[in-house]
Formats: sequence, structure tokens, C-alpha cells
Amino acid sequence: MGIEGVGARVARKEDKRFITGAGRYVDDMVVPGMKHAAFVRSPHAHAQIKNIDVTKAQSMPGVIGVLTGKELKADGIGNLICGWMIHSKDGSPMKMGAWSPLAFDRVRYVGDAVVVVVAETKGQARDAAEAVDISYEELKAVVDAPKALERSAPQIHPEADGNLIFDWELGDSAATNAAIKAAAHITRMKIVNNRLVPNAMEPRAALGHYDKAEDHYTCWTTSQNPHLARLVMSAFYNVAPENKLRVIAPDVGGGFGSKIYIYPEEIICLWASKKTGVPVKWVADRTESFLTDAHGRDHVSTVEMAFDKDNRITGLKVDTIANLGAYMSLFSSCVPTYLYATLLSGQYDIPAIHANVRAVYTNTAPVDAYRGAGRPEATYLLERTMETAARELGVSPAELRRKNFITSFPHQTPVIMNYDAGDYAASLDAAMAAADYAGFAQRKADAANRGKLRGIGMSCYIEACGLAPSAAVGSLGAGVGLWESAEVRVNAAGTIEVLTGSHSHGQGHETTFAQLVNQRFGVPIDSVSIVHGDTDKVQMGMGTYGSRSGAVGMSAVVKALDKVEAKAKKIAAHLLEADEGDIVIENGALKVAGTDKQVPWFQMALAAYTAHNLPGGMEPGLKETSFYDPSNFTFPAGCYVCEVEIDPETGVTEVVQFVAADDFGNIINPMIVEGQVHGGVAQGIGQALLEGTRYDASGQLLTASYMDYTMPRADDLPSFKVSTSNTPCPGNPLGIKGCGEAGAIGSPPAVINAITDAIGITDIAMPASPSTVWAAIRATKH
Amino acid sequence: MYSFNYHRAASVADAAKLLESGDAKLLSGGMTLIPAMKTRLAAPSDLVDLSHIEELKGIEVAGSTITIRAATTHHDVASDEKLKKACPALAHMASRIGDPAVRYKGTIGGSIANNDPAADYPAALLALDATIVTNKREIAADAFFTGLFETALEDGEIVTAVTFTAPAKAAYEKFRNPASRYAIVGVFVANGADGVRVAVTGAGDSGVFRSKEIEAALATNFDAAALNGVKVPANDLMSDIHASADYRANLIVVMAKRAVAAANA
Amino acid sequence: MSEISLTVNGKRVSGTAEDRTLLVHFLRENLGLTGTHVGCDTSQCGACVIHVDGKAVKSCTMLAVQASGSSVVTIEGLADGADLHPMQAAFKEHHGLQCGFCTPGMIMTATDMVNRHPEGLDEATVRAELEGNICRCTGYHNIVKAILAASETMSSKGKARQAA
Repeated sequence: MGIEGVGARVARKEDKRFITGAGRYVDDMVVPGMKHAAFVRSPHAHAQIKNIDVTKAQSMPGVIGVLTGKELKADGIGNLICGWMIHSKDGSPMKMGAWSPLAFDRVRYVGDAVVVVVAETKGQARDAAEAVDISYEELKAVVDAPKALERSAPQIHPEADGNLIFDWELGDSAATNAAIKAAAHITRMKIVNNRLVPNAMEPRAALGHYDKAEDHYTCWTTSQNPHLARLVMSAFYNVAPENKLRVIAPDVGGGFGSKIYIYPEEIICLWASKKTGVPVKWVADRTESFLTDAHGRDHVSTVEMAFDKDNRITGLKVDTIANLGAYMSLFSSCVPTYLYATLLSGQYDIPAIHANVRAVYTNTAPVDAYRGAGRPEATYLLERTMETAARELGVSPAELRRKNFITSFPHQTPVIMNYDAGDYAASLDAAMAAADYAGFAQRKADAANRGKLRGIGMSCYIEACGLAPSAAVGSLGAGVGLWESAEVRVNAAGTIEVLTGSHSHGQGHETTFAQLVNQRFGVPIDSVSIVHGDTDKVQMGMGTYGSRSGAVGMSAVVKALDKVEAKAKKIAAHLLEADEGDIVIENGALKVAGTDKQVPWFQMALAAYTAHNLPGGMEPGLKETSFYDPSNFTFPAGCYVCEVEIDPETGVTEVVQFVAADDFGNIINPMIVEGQVHGGVAQGIGQALLEGTRYDASGQLLTASYMDYTMPRADDLPSFKVSTSNTPCPGNPLGIKGCGEAGAIGSPPAVINAITDAIGITDIAMPASPSTVWAAIRATKH
Repeated sequence: MYSFNYHRAASVADAAKLLESGDAKLLSGGMTLIPAMKTRLAAPSDLVDLSHIEELKGIEVAGSTITIRAATTHHDVASDEKLKKACPALAHMASRIGDPAVRYKGTIGGSIANNDPAADYPAALLALDATIVTNKREIAADAFFTGLFETALEDGEIVTAVTFTAPAKAAYEKFRNPASRYAIVGVFVANGADGVRVAVTGAGDSGVFRSKEIEAALATNFDAAALNGVKVPANDLMSDIHASADYRANLIVVMAKRAVAAANA
Repeated sequence: MSEISLTVNGKRVSGTAEDRTLLVHFLRENLGLTGTHVGCDTSQCGACVIHVDGKAVKSCTMLAVQASGSSVVTIEGLADGADLHPMQAAFKEHHGLQCGFCTPGMIMTATDMVNRHPEGLDEATVRAELEGNICRCTGYHNIVKAILAASETMSSKGKARQAA
């Protein structure tokens, strides 16, 4: 590898603007004449709107417009949709309730948008928003998913009887039941996966600008996938035709899934801009983000895992209730189904699996993909159960896992997935060595002498990334294809622009994508610009989520580079009067192999554009496009080991050591990959120890700011010990698996396994906050 | 934030005069008031900024008598060399209020006048048997903190300083709310000329209070072991999503033990 | 409305703003210095940290009018011309940032931290001192590494200056 090529630890090109304060986020955008929006939101979790009186607000200082859902509907703006169709096991389609961007008859969660005010300043918009007089008739609310299925629960959407959106299954029920019946041992657990708020540090924002003269809209928005936003806003929400709508996602301050979806606010900013004749900007405050960003997780499951007398798993039966909140967010339906149940085989050879999933409406914020999306829920369920089984069977947790590992590939699981490559024992061995697993007993004894409870826990996770192929996801209900596009433009003087449909909001694409080009052509990364996030510049693309930018986005770049290389070699061969097959690219030049004949890269590029001397029939220019559709998912996997020390007097858990041993296949930039693991693990430890989203019974969000929602801080976490091993992915040209979500997927069960080990209990609720841990310790003494 | 008028006071007398207009409030470091105004929970008509009044700043140590003027920041209390010698417990406590940026702005006067039930200073002043000096009178800490966000301050009254006698031994231990980092339980123990005083913040249903049970246990034996088996009743303690009253009752004893051990160290 | 005059990044500036204008909004909207960010409503995330009269404070919890007469340094004023401040350079070298949103506040807090600890920093101190700055991307691992490295650079530079 070169110093800037694939595999090099290259410092990020994009950092300069961020460390000097020159990043450009949506809230930094200023358009001449721009005004500010504030939303009037429902204070009730469930209520009928009796009347909306905007007369007082309209007369407030600085107010330009006060707009309601009735006007929105009259203008033909459509309802928000869920773009992944799931059919219940009886064959009926999922029951999707109507979600108007501005509620006009009923509100279904605290934060539901009802009225928008546009005013000269943000302060004036808020002043006027407070003056909007809405009378509500309060209705009974339900926040807990199992309770929403009870007969006494309030009906939230007329479309979904009993609040049941779908009742779906995957796997072989009869075979699984038979395995359980014949089992030598069954481990049974109830597993709760706590609701989380993604909390990207940049709050969501949108700036809508309607140009009357051109009848054209521009939307700057905090999006992970601007093209998808344009498609959905055009095709489903009727905001504007695609050719009259430009969506720009500039620098975006983190997403973690929450910025995939198209929310009411961006639609309304565009619509309000046309209505009021001014560009309209909205920026969420943090409490608005807590109330209205799509939340993550929130599953309640029961699991039965069957073993034969040799401690081999013979069957796994799972029943899950997934809380989807008050409305079906854009990809909400695929998270507890195809991103969850398909991963229930984990790293293990399990002959029979059956999963039943009921998705439920409640009077809470919509729930959708959050870092890992379905896979953390599957991993948590499986790895907590494996740990418990090992304790029940009296065998070492590592050995029980090892005994059941899948060891030959490809491996077809009973739940759709076909694992292509992996070496799970290698990760387990690496993690145990790095954690000095053998020395744990001594460390536990030392801790006991200091009055501390020490515990160790592991988790062997697998996940599926690079969501694909399009035809496969289409057959499973996806409303979109899941390919990626790239265009590589070699400029006349040899510098290069790569236009990608992937979107970087912290992942470092401007560096890693340029490393690919450097590897191929020897062009310095400083001469390679990565263009993304603007539908007017970049061809159609699918954006960044599900750890897909490497496996899918970069593969598209590779395909386009292949085409560029082929044409470049043709031009060079023509210039050098050599055979095209003899041309190699080395050190920034195209050479005739085995000779000293060469043409510098830039000269070849110039020749392509002067077109004075090209091979006969060749079109001038050097620019190629590729749309890459993968052949399979990718399957990153690994082993995490967490060691904790608990202060029994206070219940405080300290993570004293955290080891991550991952197999991500080939790696473009190890520094960036490690950073992804660090961040993912921090979010996973956050889920396990700190982060709990709490609604009260009436549907008020009790954790609506950082005063009550515990964000991981620097002093909550240790430094992490991370390493990688490599079984290259055979399914894509780079052998990449993806690394964005692994940390958040693998870590929560490792932490909880360590805590339950330390205390000597079977289970503890996440987040295992000090008070929860203290109560659990106290309960062991009574 | 609602609209208001800002005034920068040049002196305490000036501030007192400005305070007479409308529904005016005093602004010191602003670390609690400004967030409350941002979320529209507080809506003063006028703000009177005390932070430019020189006579309100500084720490004096005269023998065992310590005076801290009201607009002295947490940072300055935490890093004052004289105070660190005379009453290290208080300097250490100040070094753990909020975060570094908050400590540069927040002031002792602002903290006690606000009397947030999870603030640290009220526990310190109550345990230290401090006197709160205002532009009108002197008030004993025992009489000053009257309830949740309630004090004995009258309209137009401005805290100008606090004064106390340095105890022989003292320490503060805090158990922080994992989210807000305010105290879930903070215990200040002081072993002074008039005996042992123990004040608890973050836990009481009506704000800061003295723990009879812990004071009694320590009265004759100022040692952490004297608290073994001591129970604090949970009846009048707060319960919220972060900590039950029982948990708080447990933490009071644990923090008190650790504070006594630190004071004796 | 009040007249506000400040020295920002070495330049005298003035403007008129409502008394309720927060310093962060004055910097961002009146002066166009958008490097300082707002990430929460409760003074906890630290994305807005700047230096006022040499001290790191949260510009979302200070009125512009309160700061009038003060000297302010923002992330835009930290580098010495084309030369990055050692803290900026360390964040880049050690990958102490991903999305970049918390980064300006992190860097301004970190430089103040190093200034307050001339004796040097260790990992535990850095983690404790970062209580008022939240990052969602990095897990803090590389932020801590960057601050420790910059602390070394800054103190060796300081020593070199003293020796000279």
C-alpha cells in the first residue's frame, strides 16, 4: 500500500474545516430574505383537536404566516409513509395509519406537529407559536407496547385494529417446537431492549426556499440520504416534481439512523416557503429532538433456546413485541423483521429457528432504525440467552459459544441469511487474549479485597451490512432499490472528482473514497475531491446507513474506476503506440510494462479532452458512471469482552476494561475504522448503563433533555482495546464488510453479561443505572 | 426566551434601585437563570447584572473567619490558595460544581439565592453554620434556606457575602445524577467548635436539611465507623426516575461515611 | 435593544441586538461566525464553548449584552494565521473528530483545560474535565488521546519559549 492508498492510516482531509470552525451545517446556511419557523406541538399524547385559533398569533410582531394542517391538506401535500411493506402471517398487508405532516384532527404523541409559525426572528416565531390557541379533547393514551395490545387499550389509528400493525413470522415453527420438545435443556428468558434516543449532536434542521420565477424548490436538510428525501418528497408527499426540487445535505453533524427519514419539518419548510413567499428555516432545539426524532429499539421478547445433551443448540424460538410509536416512520417496519429476525442465528449453527414479531402502535415518538437497527436487538437477545445458558449448564460461556460456532462457509441459516465468510473462533481467541481472560479470577479476588464486585461478560455478534441486493430486498417488501452509484470525473489536467450517492456525516468519505483512487491511479488524495450530498450535482444515490458506504458505495466507485482505467489505458496505448494489454499504471503514470515508455497521468487526461489524437471512434473526455448492486449482504462479526467493577454501596458500575475484536474484512483506513468502533461501543455501553427513554403513563416524555437522559460522557467510559482480523468478503470487489454499527450491536450484551456475572443474578434491566444495580444487589440479600 | 431589559449595575446600591422596576431579577453568573429563561420557565421583565460590581468579589481569610463575597465564582473559590488552607473542604466542593465552564461563571451568591434543591453550596453553608450577609441584614444559614427554591430573602434584598468560621475538619461527598450531574445526594460534614453539623442536599423533599441521625452518631465519635448501621428515614426524601427515596436514604449514609473519612484523612 | 461592542478574535466589532440575544446567536447571526454551535438547551453539551476574557464559557448561557466590553476568542480565531493551534493539529492527527459538530467546543474547552493544568494532564483528569462537553461519534477515545498529545506539545512549546 502507498502512504495514501488502501489500508493506510491517513489523516482526514475534511478535518481542516471542522477544526477551524469552517464546517457548513444547515443552521449555518443563510439565504437572502430567510425567515424562521417554529412549530406548535401537541402537549398531549393522545387527543382530538376541537379547534385551532390562530388569530392572535397572526397579529404578533414579526409574524409572516401561521399555517395549519387543513391548509396543507388543501394544497394536496401527502401523508408520510413507511416504505417497506410487511405482510402478516395471514397474508394481510401491514396496517398503516395516516400521518399528516401537520395534525388536523387528532394528535397521537407529545410533540406531534399541529401548526407552523413563520416570523422574522426565531424568538418572534416562538412568541407567536405560544399564542396559537388549540383546544383539545384528551383521550386515554398508551405508551407500553404489550399494554397497547390489551383489549382495554385506546385505539390509536382506525386502520390498525387493536393497535396491531402486523403479526409476522419467520422460520419453521413446527421444527422449532419439535426441537424444544426433544431438548435436554431449555433456557428461557424475557428480554427487554430499552428505547433509545439517537441524539446526533447536530439537531435536525431544514431550510426551504421556493423560487417563484423558476417554480423551483431547494431544501437544505440534515439528511443521510438527500436523493431519497427528494424521491419521497416528490413521489409520495407531492411537494414538487423531482426536476423542480433540489435537496442538499451539507455537513451533517451525525445521524446514527435518525437522519435517514423524511420528517414533517422539511416538507413543511418547503411548503411554507411557497405559501409565505420567503425562505423558511427551522432548527430543532434539543427538547424538540428528544420529542420528535425517530427513537430506536423498544422490544419486549420471550426466548426459548433448546440444547441437546452435548450442549449443542437444537432450536430457538422467539416471540417479540416491537413498539413502533405513534406513526410508522419511513423504514420502521423492516427493523424488527428483516433486520432483526434474520440475524437470530448469530454466529451459531442452529438447525431450527422460529420468530414471531408483532409490531404495535403506541402514543410515543415514532421508532425506526438507530445504529444497528434490529441487529442489536437480535444480538442482545441471543447473547444474553447464551450467557444464561452457559451458567445454567455449568460450562464456560466461551466454550459453549465455541462449540456452537459455524465453522464452514458459505452457511445457510434457517432465517434467510447466507453467511459468506467468517472465522468466529479467531475473534473469540483474540478478544480473550486481549482481555487476559485467564487472569480474571485473580482480578476478581483483588477487587473483592477492595470491597468491589468484579464481573466479566462476552458477546459474539454477527450483523448484516450493505443491505442488498435490490431484487432480494424488493421481494421482501422494500420500496426502493439498495444499490449505490458513483461517477468518476477525470479533469483535463488529471485531477479527479468522485461523485457518490453515499453521504458522509462523520464517516470520513472525503478521505477514504480518495484513498481508493490513489490506490488505483497514484493520484495524491489532495487531487481527488469527493462530491456528495447534493441532488443537483450527484446522480441518483441511496445514501448512508446500515454500514453500506464501504461495501456498496465504494464498490460503485471501484466499478466506475474500472471503466476509467480501461479507457485511460486505451488512450495511453494509443499515445505510446503499444498494446492496451501491456499498459500498467504506476506512480502516477501509464507505462508500457517492461519498458521505459510512459505517459504521465495528467498528460493522458489532457489528451482525452484535447481529443487531437484519440483512438479511432473513441468519444472525447474521461468520465464514467456506475450503478452497483451487490450480490449479497456482508457479514461483519466479532467478539467483545467487557469487565466491570461495581461499588455495592452505591451501585455504580465502572467499565474497567472493554475489548473489541472485529472482523470487518478488508479495511481502507484503520484509523477511521477504529474510530467507528469506539463510537459504536460508546453508544452500546450507553444503552447498557446510561440511556433510558422514559414516558410516564400519560405519554409525557420524562427524559426530554440532557438533564434526564444520560448521554455517555468522557468519564463514563474507558479507553477501548480494539483489534481486527480479516476474512475478506467475497461478495464485493474490495472485500469490505462494513464497520459502522458493530460497536453498538456487540457491546450491550457484553456489558450486561458482566454486570450479572458480578452480582450473581440472571438478568437486570437496561440501562443498569446505579439505582437499578443497587436495588438488584439489595434484592440478592433479601 | 421572552423579551426583557438588561441593566448592568455599578454597585450594590445601584442594583437595589434597579431591582425595584417591574418584575426584575438579579443576574449573577446566570448558570441557572439563563437556562430557565431559555426554556421560558422564567420570564423577568428586567435583569440586573451583578457581575461587574467589584465590591461583590473576593475571598478574605482572617484567622479562622472566612468571608466570601457573593459574586465570587466557583472557579475562584476552588482555586483560592488562602481558602484551600483554611477550609479545603469548601474549595474542593466548589471544584466539583457543574463543569469547568459553569465554574467560571457561576457564583456562590447566585447559587444560594436560587437554592436549587440539588445545588451544592446550600449543604456547605448549612453544615458550616454560615451567616448570609445581605444589603439589609445578616441571616443564619439555618434560617436562610426555607424550601425548594425558597429562601428568607425579601423583595429587593441582595446577598452580598457569606461568612463562617473554619471548622477543624470538614468534607463534602457528592453522588451525582448520571444525566444532569447535579447532586442526587450531597453530604457536607463539618466538625467545628460547636460540634458536628451534617447537611444534605439533592435528597430532601423540601430542599437542603440537616441529618439528625448522622449528627447524633458523629457527635461523640467523628469517625466513619460511627455510622455503621445508622439508618436515615426515607419518608421526607425525593423519589424520581433517577433515584428512589430508599436509594437516596442509603446514599446519604454512604456519602456521609466517605465524607467523614475524607475529613479525617 | 442594546449596543454591543466586543473584541472578537482580535478585531473590534459592534452591533445592535435584543437584550435577549444569546452570545452564541450574536456570534453566529450578527457576526457570521458559525463555527460555534448549539447542541442543547440546558448548557450541557458544550458545542458552544468559546473563550471570554481568557476563560472557556458556554456562549449559549451568556447574553451578548453581558459580554459587551469583553474580549472573545472563537474557534475561528484559534489558529495563528495558517498555522493550526497545537490542539487543532492534535485533533486531526489523532482522529479526535468525526461529524465535527462538537469539535469547536471540544477544542476550546481542551485549550482552556491545558492552560489550567500547567503541571500536565493525565487520562483521568482529561475525562473528568470533559464533563461539560458531549460527543456522540468518537466515544471520546481519540479526543482524550488528542488532548493528552496537545498538552505535551503545548507545554514543550511553553518550555522552549521560556528557555529562549
